[in-house]
Amino acid sequence: MTVNMGNEKPVTDSMQPKTTHTSLGKTMWREVKNDKMALFSLILLSAILLTVYVGSYLLDLDKINRIDMFNIYAKPSADNWLGTDYGGRDIFGTLIIGAKNSITIGVVITLISGLIGLTVGLISGYFGGFIDNVIMRIIDFIIILPFLMIVIVLITVVPVFNVPVFIAIMSIFLWTGKARLIRSKTLAERELDYVNASKTLGTPNWKIIMFEVLPNLSSIIIVNMTLTLAGNIGIETGLTYLGFGLPETVPSLGTLVSYASNPEVIQNKWWVWLPASLLILVIMLCINFIGQALKRAADARQRLT
Amino acid sequence: MLKFLLRRTLIMIPQLFILSVLIFLLAKSMPGDALRGQMGPQVDAERIVELREKAGLNDPWHEQYGRWIGNVVQGDFGKSAVYQQKVTNLIGDRVGNTLLLSASILIVSYLIAIPLGIIAGRWTDSWADKVIVWYNYLAFATPLFVFALLILFIFGFTLQWFPIGGSVDIRADKGTLEFVLSKAEHLVLPTMAGALLATFGTIQYLRNEIIDTKIKDFVKTARSKGVPERKVYTQHIFRNSLLPIAAFLGYEITGLIGGSIFLESIFSYPGLGQLFLTSISSRDFSVVNMLVLISGAAAIVGTMLSDLILSWVDPRIRID
Repeated sequence: MTVNMGNEKPVTDSMQPKTTHTSLGKTMWREVKNDKMALFSLILLSAILLTVYVGSYLLDLDKINRIDMFNIYAKPSADNWLGTDYGGRDIFGTLIIGAKNSITIGVVITLISGLIGLTVGLISGYFGGFIDNVIMRIIDFIIILPFLMIVIVLITVVPVFNVPVFIAIMSIFLWTGKARLIRSKTLAERELDYVNASKTLGTPNWKIIMFEVLPNLSSIIIVNMTLTLAGNIGIETGLTYLGFGLPETVPSLGTLVSYASNPEVIQNKWWVWLPASLLILVIMLCINFIGQALKRAADARQRLT
Repeated sequence: MLKFLLRRTLIMIPQLFILSVLIFLLAKSMPGDALRGQMGPQVDAERIVELREKAGLNDPWHEQYGRWIGNVVQGDFGKSAVYQQKVTNLIGDRVGNTLLLSASILIVSYLIAIPLGIIAGRWTDSWADKVIVWYNYLAFATPLFVFALLILFIFGFTLQWFPIGGSVDIRADKGTLEFVLSKAEHLVLPTMAGALLATFGTIQYLRNEIIDTKIKDFVKTARSKGVPERKVYTQHIFRNSLLPIAAFLGYEITGLIGGSIFLESIFSYPGLGQLFLTSISSRDFSVVNMLVLISGAAAIVGTMLSDLILSWVDPRIRID
């Protein structure tokens, strides 16, 4: 243990300033702060997240899900801020619960597929050679596949379908882009002197990967996770819109949007589908604007200042 | 070059093979089989066992796969249980519409993206560049189905400028000018929804590429020799940056297939995407399998063509 610490210290010191983490955080914050759109997005997104998570905690679930046949498709009013749907259920309540589900599931999918992509990418890029070749061929293949169609088929044929299964099916396909990115960055990192120096000193590979290569990729990982989070929320709500996403017992923003496939609803009952559509749009735009600012922070050539 | 060509083409064979095995296994895991759709519920159990044996459904799976792929290669895709027609006929009726929509999306998106990319790349940091970059962020972040619904709501339902669904007015007779115009009219909204968002990749690629090329030595040489600025761009920079775009066509196929599912469902446009959704909802799996197989094969072949064109345009790629 002591030997390894002795080995690592000079290497890390010479390659990175001691303040790596604070400086990455600071750079990111500076980029977001200087970009008015990103700052605005951050504030708006925080407000949305706060409303959604606190709101879903305070809301009375039974009241939202209660079917009230005397009050179907009611217009927005003081009782029902955004009116009611075909079962007389409160749209505003469903919107909050739906947003909570969509965001939470989006985050979980992003974390799981991110973890798989990261592991595969690091292994493939660091070791190279035969493993790398095989992994890259597999990734090439998965990326070509008509993702949407196959996911829909899988969702239809699985014997039991619930939220964890949905997350698993999505994660099978969505790790590939990240793995490719991490692999190419690891490949470049591997050639650098600090890795060679560590190898010469006898540091085990897993330690070099975990404690030396990985920290140098952290900014790229954060940026990529942010941008894919937006994409994943889009995919989930899109699939739910088509009727192949979350089960109906777990409403998503896509569930509300899917009511728009009824011409009567899309034409005359905007309060049913429009708020959810706009909320998806706003959430995705906010995450993307923040992500773009972070991207500039991660890549010195693109920085604003 | 020849070696690269050969290697790249050979990779395609295992890809197509694995795709077909995957789809075959998916098909096997689907509830019901080809027989179920062809028989009424009255047929007794003994007869089913007999028929299953006769149809070879009890053979080992690799033998069944061999028969299945043999039929597929010969163009026999089986029969749809719901429509009671050959799958090839069903697909044949709709493939034209999907190709038309995809082509129109591609053309319109290039018509928008190429000029915008050039402007943004040439006059970096101008107000025009800033607007274009902004638009590009929006195009990247906006989910297709939300955008398509908004377009349908605004231009189809509220303003009523364009038809809200279908691919052609049923009253129009085939072959007349009216028919062609009606087809075009029905294409407007889905094309708009697809193309305005599809510009993202091309604009970003062109802008980055031009900004990178602008400062290269050969451009400096051209300038110092006194080539007019206009010509520096048209003859030296754009020629380098535009060629690869032609090669990206094949890569777009996977995206277009995914997009067609949303667009065709939202604009009730009778194409393969809509056929896919209705078939999967009615559990018409023989149609579903063929659609996935065709889409996957199209994407594999398209990617290969793109790789080949790209390597021809840009020799650096061949080394990889």
